[in-house]
This record gives sequence, C-alpha cells and structure tokens, in this order.
Amino acid sequence: MPSSTSSSPDGADERLQEQFDRTIARDQRVEPRDWMPDGYRKTLIRQIAQHAHSEIIGMQPEGDWITRAPSLRRKAILFAKVQDEAGHGLYLYSAAETLGADREDLVERLISGRQKYSSIFNYPTPTFADVGVIGWFVDGAAICNQVPLCRSSYGPYARAMVRVCKEESFHQRQGYELLMTMMRGTEEQRAMVQDAVDRWWWPSLMMFGPPDDDSPNSARSMAWRIKRHSNDELRQRFVDMTVPQAGKLGVTLPDPELRWNEERGRHDFGTPDFTELMRVIKGDGPCNAERIGRRRAAHEEGAWVREAAAAHAAKQARREEQEKEHAA
Amino acid sequence: MSDDHVYLSLAGIGDGSGHGSGTEGVDGDARWAFGTGFTDPLHGVATTLSEGVDGRALAACCTALGDDALVSAQRLAQWCTRAPELEEEVALANIGLDLLGQARLLYSRAGQADGSGRGEDAYAYFRDADEFRSVRLAELPGGDFAFCVGRLLVQSAWRLAQFEQLTGCADPVLAAVAAKGVKELAYHRQYAAEWVVRLGDGTEESHRRMQGAWDELAPWLGELYEDGVAESFGVSPRSVAEATRAVLAQVAVAAGLTDSPAAPVPGSGRAGDRTEHLEPLLAELQVVARAHPEGTW
Repeated sequence: MPSSTSSSPDGADERLQEQFDRTIARDQRVEPRDWMPDGYRKTLIRQIAQHAHSEIIGMQPEGDWITRAPSLRRKAILFAKVQDEAGHGLYLYSAAETLGADREDLVERLISGRQKYSSIFNYPTPTFADVGVIGWFVDGAAICNQVPLCRSSYGPYARAMVRVCKEESFHQRQGYELLMTMMRGTEEQRAMVQDAVDRWWWPSLMMFGPPDDDSPNSARSMAWRIKRHSNDELRQRFVDMTVPQAGKLGVTLPDPELRWNEERGRHDFGTPDFTELMRVIKGDGPCNAERIGRRRAAHEEGAWVREAAAAHAAKQARREEQEKEHAA
Repeated sequence: MSDDHVYLSLAGIGDGSGHGSGTEGVDGDARWAFGTGFTDPLHGVATTLSEGVDGRALAACCTALGDDALVSAQRLAQWCTRAPELEEEVALANIGLDLLGQARLLYSRAGQADGSGRGEDAYAYFRDADEFRSVRLAELPGGDFAFCVGRLLVQSAWRLAQFEQLTGCADPVLAAVAAKGVKELAYHRQYAAEWVVRLGDGTEESHRRMQGAWDELAPWLGELYEDGVAESFGVSPRSVAEATRAVLAQVAVAAGLTDSPAAPVPGSGRAGDRTEHLEPLLAELQVVARAHPEGTW
C-alpha cells in the first residue's frame, strides 16, 4: 500500500496536505495517484470494502428465492437484480483496489469476520413478499445513503456510486411494483406483504447507523467529504419518502409514534432499538453465521477452480515463451 | 450534481405509477436483462400461424426447447452465491438469464401454436414432471464447477447447432427466437469451452475433476444426438450431432481430456422418460406458485 507518512525535512508533506485540503474545500475530486492522508485512505478502504461486502452478502437473502419465484417474469427480475449486486461488489472492490487494497485480502477479512457488512442482511427472508419489501425498503434506504456518495470526494468511489444508484433505483421500483401487484391479489398475499413490512421496517431504519450523537467516525468523514449527511438526517429523508408510498400501497408502518409534524414539515417517528443494531453488528443477528458460512464455503470450495485458472495462465505464458524462443 | 432529482424520481413511485408505463423512467429499458422491465416483451409480435405450419408440431418443438432452457436455467440459478469467483457469479447468472428468456419466448409461442392460449407460467408452473420434455442431461444435479461448465459446453454447443438451423424455419416467431438465441449461445459455448480448457489443463486436481465430469456426461450425449423434435422445422439431427461432436472433440484436445467409451443411458426425455432428479427440481421451482394458485405476481 502506498504510504504517505514518510516525513521530509523540507516541508513537502505540509505542502501536500495543504493541496489536499484545498481539493476538499473546493469540492474537487481526489484521484488514485493524488497524495492523500493515511487516515483518509484507510477510512475509504474500510468504507468501500464494507460496501462491497454488503453487496455480496446481500445477494443471499433474496438469491434464495430465485429458484422459487412464482412467475417467470419475477424469476428473471430477481435473477437480474442479484446479478447486479455481484456486479456492484465487483466494481466496489475495484474502487478499493485503486487505494492499494487487495481484493483477495478483503475477501479474507470478510469471511474471517474482521470486516463488517450491512447488518440488514442478517435478517431472514421467510416469504416471497420479503423480496418486494427488500426492494422497497432496503434498496430505498441504500439509495438515501448512497446518492450523496455520488459526490464523495474520492473520484473512483463517487463514479462507482453513480452507476450503483441508478441500478438500485430500478430495483426499488421493481420491488415496489411487486408489492403493488401482490396487494391487488388475494387476501393471503396482502397479509404476506403486511407481515414483511412489519418485520423489515425497523431493521431498515437501522441501516442509517447509530444516532448522530453516538456515531464516532461520522464527523471526520463529513469533514473529508467522504460522507455528506448525518445518519439522522438520512433516516429522516427515508421516512419522509416512504410514508406516502406506504399509504399508496395500503400497508401500515409498524410505528405508533409515526405522524406528520406540521411545524417541522417532516414526520415524527419512534426510535429504533439500537441495542439490537449493536447486537447484530457484533455478530449475534438471526442469520450472521449462516451468511458468512455460505460465503466462506463458496470461497473455499472454489479454491481449486481459482488455482486451476492461475496454473493454466502460467502454463500458457510458459508455452508462448517457448514458442517465441523456438521461433527465434 | 444535486441529490434532488433522484429523490424526486423515487418519490414518483408513490404517485400511482408504481406499475405500467409510468415507471419506465429515466434509465430506459435497453440496459436491463431481457423481460425484466415493466412491459410485455412480446407486445406487438404477430402471433398467427403461417399456412402449412403444423400447430401441434410447433407447440411440441417449442415446449421441448423451452423445457431444456428452463431446467438448465434453474440449475444455473442454484449456483447463485456459490460460484468460485465473483466474475463467475456474474457470468453464470447472465447465462441463466439468457436461457430463462429463451424459455419464456418459447412457452409463449407454444401456447399460441397449440391453440390453448396458455401463457408462459402455465407451462413452467402447472405441469408435472411427467409432462416435461426436456433432455435428461439438463436435470442432472449441479455437481461441482467442472460438471457445471462441462454440461454447459455440451448443451450450448448442441443448442447452438439446433438454433442455427432454426433461424430459417417456417415459423417466423421460432425463427426470431432462434436468431436471438444464436448470439447468446455462442457466448455460452465460448465461456464454457474456456473453462473446460482451463480446468483440464490447470492443476492435477482440476484435471482429475474435469475428466471425471467429462466421463459423467458421456452416457447422456446419445439422447441429444438422436433428438428429432425440431426435424419438421428444418433441423437435421445428424448434422446437429456432427457439429456438436466436432466442438466437443476440439475442446477435449485443447483441454487434454480423453473420451472413454460409454454406453448411452436407455430412454429419452423427449419421450417423457425422466431421472429421479426432475421432480425435486420442479417441486422447488413451483412451490410458491402452486401454494397460491389464485395469486397475482
């Protein structure tokens, strides 16, 4: 990993730091070859890697429904969505690699539990309505979190997020459209939708992280313009965006404190159970072990395939080398 | 860039346009996988049968080819989140999606050709295993990655040879489906062939596994080579078999694989013979649809 800590007597570091600060202050992009403080680099690698891990682990809760989707159109939509998530993971890992990280190493960190992913993916998906609600809530919350990242100070991350956000918004519309269709179906289907809404609402609000006064890393990330809005601000946006959609859909959001506040021009809402969030982040959610276990199994069972690909590539290179020598 | 336009377009979900054309939206449909958008992909396609085309034969052909595609897509979907590398995750899903798209078009055509007017889901979800006409190779369990790419090579080489001949067939819809499929299958075949060569050539273990898969596939090839389901639409089983054999032989040489003599498994999926593996595959595929027969999705 390139280092920026080597001190020099002539004050070169200070000049670089000043240049970096100016770039941030002018809202310009930091690019891979630019000097950046170690803390900035580390924070970004951690954030981008966690984001990539979330995309990859996030394939599992919905992916399990591809083989059981109840119509061929829904099967295609879901298959394509889960494929998109694998693609998002790929280009986020690539963005992390522009900072000097190594994908293989990041995957190791994920499957050994040293790096986290979004806690939302540790909840189970017992019915097909969960596919729709994940699209509506989870992709919706992800978009609220990620749209501001399209203006993140780090260029490759910001550019990756533009594409991710476009695809996520398509997924969100597809999820909502599935729920709309189910609500027009049988009584049983409507009950499935409401049940899924009840289970996913609070965990979705937790996706924005702890409250602002309990979010130690936020201030620095905001100063570096890696992050643009506070957790609570984004949570509020999500609630304000979702409440009218719930009304149109005909479902009830499971929060007795939820109401329009005329004075603020925003919704008041209850406080998520942040002790649950901490528990799930620490590994004690309903599906943590299962999710990591599946990812680890796939990685370990695929080791012989990756080794074979590397061995074949090396053999090919040798053969080409020999051919050249032969010809010479 | 402002955040607002994205929030606005998301809020657009709530204004009653959550379905239908209102959600076509800013991105356009072209970049999304076939048939995953909000409109009917077959909208506006002429569906009347041409004179001289036997509707029952056309339905049988489309159903059989659709079944091959659906069962294969289901096996590929079972790889999802289990692939050896992220790039393979994306590629296998891509191939599965192509086959699913082919199945949907073929089922829709079958429903028009046999006069029943059944839609794609009637074929996929409300027929039992004994009504499926896919080749048995498609329903064999997933196996390891060597078996996955070996089977994919066999199937895509064989299907590509069929589809190439179908592009000139008397039914314009089937010909169009085949023309679209040819491009997809050429990529599937290329992807699979590259992996068979990598695994055959790679390490001792990968060679052992690839040769094992090759041997496992051999007894199921005879059924493919004798398939005459598309014969009345200009597909010659003999030339399809020749083309498929040639591809397999070429890849085997590059991969260092040997063909061991294998007696074909008696019977044929086209005639309704099944292995014990199709029923559980369909049970999983159909479970939600059959639990809610009145449901709308």
